Amino acid sequence: MLLSPLPMHIPDGFLSVVVSVFFWLISIGGIGFALRKVNQVIGEREVPLMGVLAAAIFAGQMLNFTVTGGTSGHLMGAALATIIVGPWAAILVMTSVVSIQALVFQDGGLLVLGANIFNMGILGVVLSAMVMQFIRKIFQNRKKYLLGGSFIAGWLSIFIASLAAGLELAISGTSPVQIAVPAMAGIHALIGIGEGLITLGAVLFLYINRPDLVTHPNEAKNANSGIVVAGVILTVLLAVLSPLASSHPDGLEWVAETAAFLNFAKESTYQIIPDYLLPGLHNEAVATIFAGLIGAVIVFGVIFVMMNQRKKQLPQRETDFE
Amino acid sequence: MSNSQPLNPYIQLESPAHRLDSRIKLSLVFVYILTINLIPHAVWVVFPILFSVNLSLAVVSGIGIKKLLKRSLWVLPFVIAVFPLLFSIRGNTWFEITLLGFSFTASWEGLERLLSIVLKAWFSIQAAIILVSTTKFEGILKGLRWMKIPKLLVAVIGLMWRYLFVLVAEAKRLLVARSSRSSDLPDFHSGGSMIWRAQVTGYMAGNLLLRSIERSDRVYMAMLSRGYDGEVRMDNDRVLSRKEIHILLIGILICVCLFVLSLYFGGAF
Repeated sequence: MLLSPLPMHIPDGFLSVVVSVFFWLISIGGIGFALRKVNQVIGEREVPLMGVLAAAIFAGQMLNFTVTGGTSGHLMGAALATIIVGPWAAILVMTSVVSIQALVFQDGGLLVLGANIFNMGILGVVLSAMVMQFIRKIFQNRKKYLLGGSFIAGWLSIFIASLAAGLELAISGTSPVQIAVPAMAGIHALIGIGEGLITLGAVLFLYINRPDLVTHPNEAKNANSGIVVAGVILTVLLAVLSPLASSHPDGLEWVAETAAFLNFAKESTYQIIPDYLLPGLHNEAVATIFAGLIGAVIVFGVIFVMMNQRKKQLPQRETDFE
Repeated sequence: MSNSQPLNPYIQLESPAHRLDSRIKLSLVFVYILTINLIPHAVWVVFPILFSVNLSLAVVSGIGIKKLLKRSLWVLPFVIAVFPLLFSIRGNTWFEITLLGFSFTASWEGLERLLSIVLKAWFSIQAAIILVSTTKFEGILKGLRWMKIPKLLVAVIGLMWRYLFVLVAEAKRLLVARSSRSSDLPDFHSGGSMIWRAQVTGYMAGNLLLRSIERSDRVYMAMLSRGYDGEVRMDNDRVLSRKEIHILLIGILICVCLFVLSLYFGGAF
């Protein structure tokens, strides 16, 4: 069921609860802000547009091209959505895409959905909007602006989002920072080229066939200095912070330990029983495994019995159904 | 692509899990996944309990254990991301290997952390699979509304779902068209450079978006002709019965018990 094979949809269990909750709060704030903006500037026509566009981006993630030796380029779509409907609606579109991937297709977890929405939805869109604003200032020529902007926006949205994902994994203690951040950044610097090229191709196609869709593009809606400032801050923070963190893992370990301190359960057990190890090593461990297994059998048994009871009752239940 | 697999993971069956109100189900799955993730690492006692809860749910909901295990297996590739922990966490030495002149020490503590993370991820994904196999998407939308997700966002998600299958079919047609245009001979590789291939794919994406935008115009017209005035309206949901509230509370209580149990065995008190 790997519909979007970007290795960026973090599954549940890979981020600590503190990190998950933190990114939920940030994403809720971002989505709330986007909703307010969309309600202000966008007409009734855009509701179906956002829905169908989200479905198209989901489907568009299936389109791929071979790069070399079994690897392939794919589309995430944050930059494309931003160019077509502007940043605020694009945040809602990408939030919908990432949410359905998690809710229905288990592509990314539910508890970590806030972090995934932040990486692929909010961060991707804010960065793309920032790039488009900058490039518009540089190129007066519309076509050059659109094409150059779409490639850079596509690449940067993937690259920075992957840095964010790497840092989130590292802060959660899931992957050592010296490995998580450079690995994510390295892979996605390449994947980002695919994203940039597909985005460029798509924008070129739209520019040739329906220039009104990409050239009038809500420039009034896009013109927002706030998003540029946010984009610059996020880029600098992530692009500067992550190499720093991966070369000085102690700093990040400190952050992780502070987070783990809040998440008392995780670390306290580690320190209180340091030799609480794997099965077969201590009799203690064997005993606890047995306890667990017995518990498991009881739970399973109770539910099984309940199930059988229900099966017997089922014919009668249908008659006394409200 | 995943042609063989039906896109919609819902399995039409009759079971207590299917009958349970989707609002309760969605909330309980969230609470359950939260509990799984709150459990400290390496408290092995709790893990078989969680596993058996999932397996029992698979039996109760009629999905079947085999299907649940098969579907949840694809969390495996992510093990690669956690694998370095084996060597990066210092502790009692398990084994040492020398690669390219570097020596790596695997620790038992690293193995514990690795196993805990992978198992938690696996159990969480199983819970999510049980949710979507027993709940129609309309039910999930109802649950989202009940959780006070803003109406506009729920409306966009709902519309997205409605047109998802249409657009996935469009994307598949584009892929079929491309592969029928680009035939390969055994000794002769067709097609151009990487840039050229990327551009073709980009055009396909642009094509897909153009079709979707034009479709959204038609959808808008259809909505207008049925009296859409820009306001997103949703049906009022039935009030939850006392029994359903009790099920929710009991479910939360069981999760709390599991968490306390894990703290107890983890040595927190």
